[in-house]
Amino acid sequence: MTTSPRPRVALFVTCLVDLFRPTVGFAAVKLIEDAGCEVVVPAAQTCCGQPAFNSGDRKDAAELAKKVITAFEGYDFLVAPSGSCAGMIHAHYPSLFAEGDPWKARAEALAAKSHELVSFLTDVRGVTTTGARFVGSVTYHDSCSGLRELGIRAQPRKLLGAVEGLTLTELADADVCCGFGGAFAVKYSDLSGAIVDKKTEKVAATGAKTLLAGDLGCLMNLAGRLARKGSTIEVRHVAEVLAGMADGPAIAGAKTGGRG
Amino acid sequence: MKVTSPAFKANAREALADKTLQKALGNVESGFITKRAAAAAALPEFEALRDAARDLKTHVLRHLDLYLEAYEAKVVASGGQVHWAATAEDARRIVAGICKRLGAKTVTKGKSMITEEIALNDHLEAEGIRPVETDLGEYIIQLRGEHPSHIIAPAVHLTKEQVAGDFRRVHSHLEPGRDLSEPVTLLTEARTVLREEFLLADVGITGANFLVAETGTSIIVTNEGNGDLTQTLPKAHIVLASIEKIVPTLEDVDTLLRVLARSATGQEMSVYTTFSTGPRRDGDPDGPGEYHVVLLDNGRSKMLGTEFEEMLRCIRCGACMNHCPVYQQIGGHAYGWVYPGPMGAVLTPTLVGVDQAGHLPNASTFCGRCESVCPMRIPLPEMMRAWRTREWERALNPAALRSGLGAWAFVAARPGLYRLATRLASLALRVMGGGKGRIGRLPLFAAGWTANRDMPAPEGATFMDQWKARGGRTG
Repeated sequence: MTTSPRPRVALFVTCLVDLFRPTVGFAAVKLIEDAGCEVVVPAAQTCCGQPAFNSGDRKDAAELAKKVITAFEGYDFLVAPSGSCAGMIHAHYPSLFAEGDPWKARAEALAAKSHELVSFLTDVRGVTTTGARFVGSVTYHDSCSGLRELGIRAQPRKLLGAVEGLTLTELADADVCCGFGGAFAVKYSDLSGAIVDKKTEKVAATGAKTLLAGDLGCLMNLAGRLARKGSTIEVRHVAEVLAGMADGPAIAGAKTGGRG
Repeated sequence: MKVTSPAFKANAREALADKTLQKALGNVESGFITKRAAAAAALPEFEALRDAARDLKTHVLRHLDLYLEAYEAKVVASGGQVHWAATAEDARRIVAGICKRLGAKTVTKGKSMITEEIALNDHLEAEGIRPVETDLGEYIIQLRGEHPSHIIAPAVHLTKEQVAGDFRRVHSHLEPGRDLSEPVTLLTEARTVLREEFLLADVGITGANFLVAETGTSIIVTNEGNGDLTQTLPKAHIVLASIEKIVPTLEDVDTLLRVLARSATGQEMSVYTTFSTGPRRDGDPDGPGEYHVVLLDNGRSKMLGTEFEEMLRCIRCGACMNHCPVYQQIGGHAYGWVYPGPMGAVLTPTLVGVDQAGHLPNASTFCGRCESVCPMRIPLPEMMRAWRTREWERALNPAALRSGLGAWAFVAARPGLYRLATRLASLALRVMGGGKGRIGRLPLFAAGWTANRDMPAPEGATFMDQWKARGGRTG
């Protein structure tokens, strides 16, 4: 642990945020800086390797893990705006290497200082409010990896509760999967579609205008399904709201047109 | 039982389109989940009991040989017989042999998934012996010529209207105008019909929830009492159980019973918990003249010492499937063999081969809810992933997936190349999205995504490009 007053945080952007939702990356930078940290975005990062790991391709997963370890181990913390990618690094990287392999110890060391964004803010940095304002009703979906691998449940609710103008309506079965599951959504599309349908019905039942979650994979699945059904519910990453950066188009939303 | 797991995708599609099935599956969610949660919350030491239960079975599996031998000695000492069955075929042969020796015509059966695993009913029928299922759910599906769709609620895929129709068809000797509109009237009718069968049976076959090494006792838990009549009335009681059902002592059984019913149905205890030790002794008022235990391996001992060993802790409560978003959508039959849901996704590839059952460990979102409710803390997602690894190593996955993932991994391992690829992908997707911010149809592998949902278009240039353009720190 550093003795410097400003810990150096390496942002693990995640491949989905990088490609689809850069706003989440900038929101993360702002939130981490506001929490008194210095943010660096290591240029060598690509993906945490989950697609390979969950497809059973441990060799490629380990190769990608080594790249991430090398690029991130020199910082005080690794922070990712995703429970799923943070969970991969925190809970699974050490399992990719055999006992006695020097990479295992390095994976364990990185795992110990890797965090999901919102829980990093509350649990590591002691943030109680982000000073954001968001006028509207929202509901929150607990993404599975964050919830069950990292125990993230109270943290986003705590920070959302401190957002001025925001009303949070709890989602029934908020802890039930949205049906994303990475390649599952593509390989078993009908099944995934049926699961996300059930979820979007519950979202609609809350009456909230905006749906938030902490993982872009789930959010793209939910937003994509809601858009397909012609719903006006807006879908955003929780970091956008917490950073006061939720004024652009929502996920899968049109470029023009404000909040529905 | 024919394995239809290779057709999982088609099975699932059919299940999703089956309106009656979808209506019946609603009961899984409303019934089991709420009740389990309430039962777990009402017992302060529930989580500690789960730890104790896990540790107990882990210990047993480390010393399975010793406990099995000790168990056999106790069964023999109490006048029973133990038969070792390495394969399903061995078990069928042993059971049919006992029945034939006793001249059995009718055999009553308590609920047993092991008898499903070895397809015992078909075998007995082929030998001219009539098996009669006495658990209400099992009885119903036997009338329909089906298989269980859930390990503790075999007929959970049916509505009460369907069952009423079956009873009218099969119980044709009863008054046609009778009221069968409520579950209780159906239950009463089944009891009346089954009472005759209990009295007629020559042999009773049950499974076992636990086998106790300390005493040579087999234990079943039921809610209907059918197991008791099955095992005490006929001339012989045959217990069919797999080798991992062993528990060292009666005290240990207590630990497992406390998590079993709560996890399964949300009950504190099942209505009947029946301990059987040996045949009828001199002076006993009732009980079977012969007591046999058929111990089935059928591939389980090969799981010991592998990444699948922990699956042998399973006590068959069904909580994993009740809480599984995939099972909730399609029910058990789509999985294509005896064991559905997450526990089936791990066990079925072991028992029928991953080449047959490869879909099952893949058809999971890895949401982890199964593991979070498993009373034995079995890491089900981790083991499904282990099956995926074995498939990958044996190159059993579709070639397109392997080459696609290989190409992606190659690019992802080269940040410069990756930046270029994502820059191009971002541009292409933004063009496709137009002003709408989303894409309705994508080609190739991504077509699976857009079949059921739109693809959000990228907001703008990639984060990494924007960060660089803004002069953000990169190291």
